[in-house]
This record gives sequence, C-alpha cells and structure tokens, in this order.
Amino acid sequence: MQRYLTDRKRARGLGAARRGTHHHWQMMITSMLLVILVPAFAITFALGLGGSYEEVLAYYGRPLPALITLLTLVVVIFHLMQETIVAVEDYVHGIAGKLTIVAVTAASYTLMAAGIFAVAKLAL
Amino acid sequence: MADVNRGNRPLSPFMIGPYYRPQWTSMSSILVRITAIAALLAAILVVAWLLAAATSAEAFATVDGLLRSFLGDLILFGAAWAIFYHMLGRLRHVIWDFGYGLEVKTSERMAQGMVILATVLALFVALAF
Repeated sequence: MQRYLTDRKRARGLGAARRGTHHHWQMMITSMLLVILVPAFAITFALGLGGSYEEVLAYYGRPLPALITLLTLVVVIFHLMQETIVAVEDYVHGIAGKLTIVAVTAASYTLMAAGIFAVAKLAL
Repeated sequence: MADVNRGNRPLSPFMIGPYYRPQWTSMSSILVRITAIAALLAAILVVAWLLAAATSAEAFATVDGLLRSFLGDLILFGAAWAIFYHMLGRLRHVIWDFGYGLEVKTSERMAQGMVILATVLALFVALAF
C-alpha cells in the first residue's frame, strides 16, 4: 500500500532551517577556546587544590587564578551545556525532551552563577 | 520535496551491536559526547568546592576532604581525562571543519591520538601539580 507522507512529516526531526549554521559556528568558536581554557583551568585548579583554607583564599585573591576560573565557568560550562542539549535533542523526544532541555539549561546557568559568585567572593 | 528513501540507506552508528561494527571513528565520536556530559557533572564538584571556600572554613574542610579523598582523587582524575578528551575531540572537529584530516585513516589516527594524549595530559596534571 502506498504510504502517505505530508511534507511536514518528512521534515520532522531533521532540524530547524537557518539556525543550524549559527549553532555550528558557535560550537566551533567555543571548541577553539577550550584548547586554551581547559589546560589553563586544569593547571590552575590542580595548583589551588591541596592548599589550606587560608592558602586557597589567598590563591583566588590573585588575578590570574580568578580570571581563568571565571572564564572557564562561563565558556566551558556554556559549551558543555550546548553539547548536552544536542545529546538530549537526539535521544529524548516530545515533551520529555523539551523539559529535559529546560532542566539542563537551568542547571547549567545555576552552576555558572554559583561558581561566579564563589570566585567573586573569594577574589574580592 | 524529494521522496523519502525508505530502504537501502547507510547504517547509523546508533545500530552498534549486531548491525554495525564498532570502529575507532564511531566510538571516539560517541565518547566526545559522553565526556562532555561527564565533564558537566564533574563541574558540580568544582563549583561545590569553590562555594564551600567562599562560605566558611568548616564548609571548605568538608568538601575539600571529599575531593582529596581516594574516591575524590579517582573522580577528579576521571573528570580531567574526560575534559581533556573532549577538548581534543572538539579540536578534531575544528580540524575537520577547516577541511583537513577527513580521510578515514587520518581520523582513526587522530582518535587514537586523542585517547593517548588525554591520558598523558590527565596524568601530567594529576602528578605534576
């Protein structure tokens, strides 16, 4: 039997037109930033971890550790949020998918804000 | 609109198992995504540590003790490997996007390089600092 497919049904699940290229380019930009930020943060965090409470306070009072941590919190968490959202879009569909994307977005921005608050309080 | 091709389509890596043989290219690509999600979860620990340091000496002692325990060390090493692997996997995407390294052999070599280099970088950060 001939199956009837509407144009809409053929297009469903193939992704939105136009916005894809922008998203792709944004991911390319943050990917290139990772190459600098990830090693910088890994070394900074490894140097900070292991100190006493007073040493950690003093450490994040310095501009370089504080700035590298802040940039990582913004850029790397944003990148990882986008990665996770794309994974959700691929594997979780319908209302559950939409709500999962909202939850991932909310959790990621909360993480970002909490981290920025903490570093600001330590640094100032 | 073109008609939908209902048969004779290329297999997707989603069918790994009986239909699709695991390869360096597909496995390394899937791992890029898994490591991203793992790194996002690990970021919770880093932020918890920073928040604890910003809160009080007692809060810091609790979270710091957790992260510096044997289990904490293990989790942080895994997190370091994950974020380094993800970074390298994303760098491979950038290289591909600029039009280089698209041959299967080169892609496989880069996949193997990603695993080796991520391990070297994670060990370096864990041991040197």
